[in-house]
Amino acid sequence: MMEPGLYHLLVIGALLFFTGIYGFFTRRNMISMLMSIELMLNSVNINFIAFNKYLWPDTLGGTFFTVFVIAIAAAEAAVALAIIINLYRSHQSINVEVAEEMKY
Amino acid sequence: MNPTNILLIPLLPLLSFVLLGLFGKSFFKTKAGLVGCSLMLVSFIIAVVTASSYFFSTGLQNGQYQQLKPFIMPWLKFANGLVIEMGLLIDPLSMIMIFVVTFISLMVHIFSLSYMKGEERFHVYYAFLGLFTFSMLGLVLSSNIFQIYIFWELVGVSSFLLIGFFYQKSSALAAAKKAFIVTRFADLGFLIGILLLSAQAGTLDFLELISKLSTPGDTLTSALATTFMGFSALSWGLALVFMGAAGKSAMFPLHIWLPDAMEGPTPVSALIHAATMVVAGVFLVARLYPVYAFSGAGFVHFIDDIGAFTALFAAIIACTQTDIKRVLAYSTISQIGFMMFALGQVPPETNGAANLGYTASIFHLFTHAIFKALLFLGAGAVIHYVHSNEMKDMGGLRKKMPVTHAMFLLACLAIAGIPPFAGFFSKEEILLAAWENNPTIFWMALVTSGLTAFYMFRLYFSIFWNKEPEGHHHHEKEGDIFLLAPLVILGIGTVVAGFVPFSQLVSADRKPFETELHLQFSIAPVVVGLTGILLASWMYRKHSAVPENLARNMGGFYKAAKNKFYIDELWLGFTKGVLFNLIAKPAAWFDRNIVDGMVKATGSGMEWISYRIRGVQSGKVQQYGLFFLFGIIIIVSVYLFKNVPWR
Repeated sequence: MMEPGLYHLLVIGALLFFTGIYGFFTRRNMISMLMSIELMLNSVNINFIAFNKYLWPDTLGGTFFTVFVIAIAAAEAAVALAIIINLYRSHQSINVEVAEEMKY
Repeated sequence: MNPTNILLIPLLPLLSFVLLGLFGKSFFKTKAGLVGCSLMLVSFIIAVVTASSYFFSTGLQNGQYQQLKPFIMPWLKFANGLVIEMGLLIDPLSMIMIFVVTFISLMVHIFSLSYMKGEERFHVYYAFLGLFTFSMLGLVLSSNIFQIYIFWELVGVSSFLLIGFFYQKSSALAAAKKAFIVTRFADLGFLIGILLLSAQAGTLDFLELISKLSTPGDTLTSALATTFMGFSALSWGLALVFMGAAGKSAMFPLHIWLPDAMEGPTPVSALIHAATMVVAGVFLVARLYPVYAFSGAGFVHFIDDIGAFTALFAAIIACTQTDIKRVLAYSTISQIGFMMFALGQVPPETNGAANLGYTASIFHLFTHAIFKALLFLGAGAVIHYVHSNEMKDMGGLRKKMPVTHAMFLLACLAIAGIPPFAGFFSKEEILLAAWENNPTIFWMALVTSGLTAFYMFRLYFSIFWNKEPEGHHHHEKEGDIFLLAPLVILGIGTVVAGFVPFSQLVSADRKPFETELHLQFSIAPVVVGLTGILLASWMYRKHSAVPENLARNMGGFYKAAKNKFYIDELWLGFTKGVLFNLIAKPAAWFDRNIVDGMVKATGSGMEWISYRIRGVQSGKVQQYGLFFLFGIIIIVSVYLFKNVPWR
């Protein structure tokens, strides 16, 4: 069996990232959009870990950064969920297309 | 020479202004006059002591009066070498002026006690009088040309306030504005003139400036060498300064504000006409006299012509006016004209050394101040008595107002140049100076003297003789002590002022000299004066049809003179036609369409663009996200491919 290398991990990261982008732009449900954002963040995390492990195995920079990103993603999810709940209360829906009053 | 004493002379009237202005309404409602008068009296006493100690003990050294600067203080310090100072300049001219100003002002203060009694804004009136006196005293004591400009404007402001004192009358408001705007217009020239002269001399100080510009040297050479439109910088400076002087001194054609200034209370007219505002111009030319006499030789003849023409011109108008204050106003213009052309009598060879014209001019200023104040206060008393300015409402008043009548007669004799009253001596010197220098001016002045005698006695006979107007019966008393005392004091002054040996006190080079009375020379002016008086007596002493017939026979000329030769209309046409239509309107158009247009175009251009791109703000979150994504892609590609060879 082939040992997974840096190359494989980067491919997985890229796939995840573009899956996230695709989801972000096609889903109208705000929960799905939030999940897509999480996908993108996690693809970034995979990249950090991969580079850290294969290129600079003596340092811990990538790992630390990943921990930061996870913490921030958690906080961001909390804020986003609060926004979604408020949106649901005011518009009875969590479809982003109903919330478009803020325009010209 | 104690500087604090001299400082007190202008500062006491200022104190009166501040006290009455701030606390007049609450504390001095009825006592305002007393406060003003007592402060003015102290100021007058100090002025007399200062002037006499200067003239009779400390001033004269080695046969020449000293120019002293007992007090000097840096006021605005812009840079080293550019400091505007405040100071006092003591010389014969300023000493004579402080005496005249404080004396006349004191008389006016006392007279107003009775004249303005019961006025609603009594304390404000006295506050303004204090400000006016302060400004004029500051003006005559100024030690540098910038300081004189400050006080010059203060005089303008306070005259504006006083002329417009009866602000409920629209004519008074209009007159105040006219006086302010006309003199302000002239002051524009004055300011530019100051800048030119001081830039050439490199100093603002009077003594330095005069000595640099009136003695041969580098400064003078360069001032004469710098030319603009064919005239040297010096000539331009002198001409522009003279423009300011002509505005304040009501020289033709800037005289139009003065007759209208009669809208103010009559004592104020006395103050403006006799001692303060109108003589400021004469004072200024006298102050810069060495420069005018030495370097402005060509320009002096211009001053001559303007002065003499104004004198004659105003005298003709004075003959036709029926408002007694207007007659006096035109007589003031005429007499100021005398002073101006007397200043212009510079013999070519003396280079500004002792000459008769300068002394005669200041002498006439001195005597004129006294008898003109008397005439105005007398006219004030008459107006107070009959409640009208018009001659037709007067007549036969000599029995009802004996004191006023006697004093008015004295003043009329003085202004007509009948010996031994004050005006005779000063006018005599002026005529002599003109005869020696410029016979044309002399003949004009002689005619003017005759006219002066005629219109003054026309005024006198119309008020005090002639027939009484019907329907008017005055049984009141002539006036109280405050009304009559200033008249009597000024009347005494009118008799004695002529005997002051003036050439011992004031001369162009500050060296006393002797003048003698040339009896043969005096014959002509006195005869001319007497002729004028007899003519006026024949026409106006009894009511007769002669004046009306004469007026009818003169036809158009009489009508033109009565309408002041339409100078006011000319100015009005000039301002409306030229200033408003040709300058103000295009300027307004430029401002509205070009300057504002640029601002407006910026705004509407932005509006146009944003209207077209506002679709970007769709309110759709995912669309924003797409823009963001493509933006990132573009920026990243630029970074990635910026080193590719085909770029």
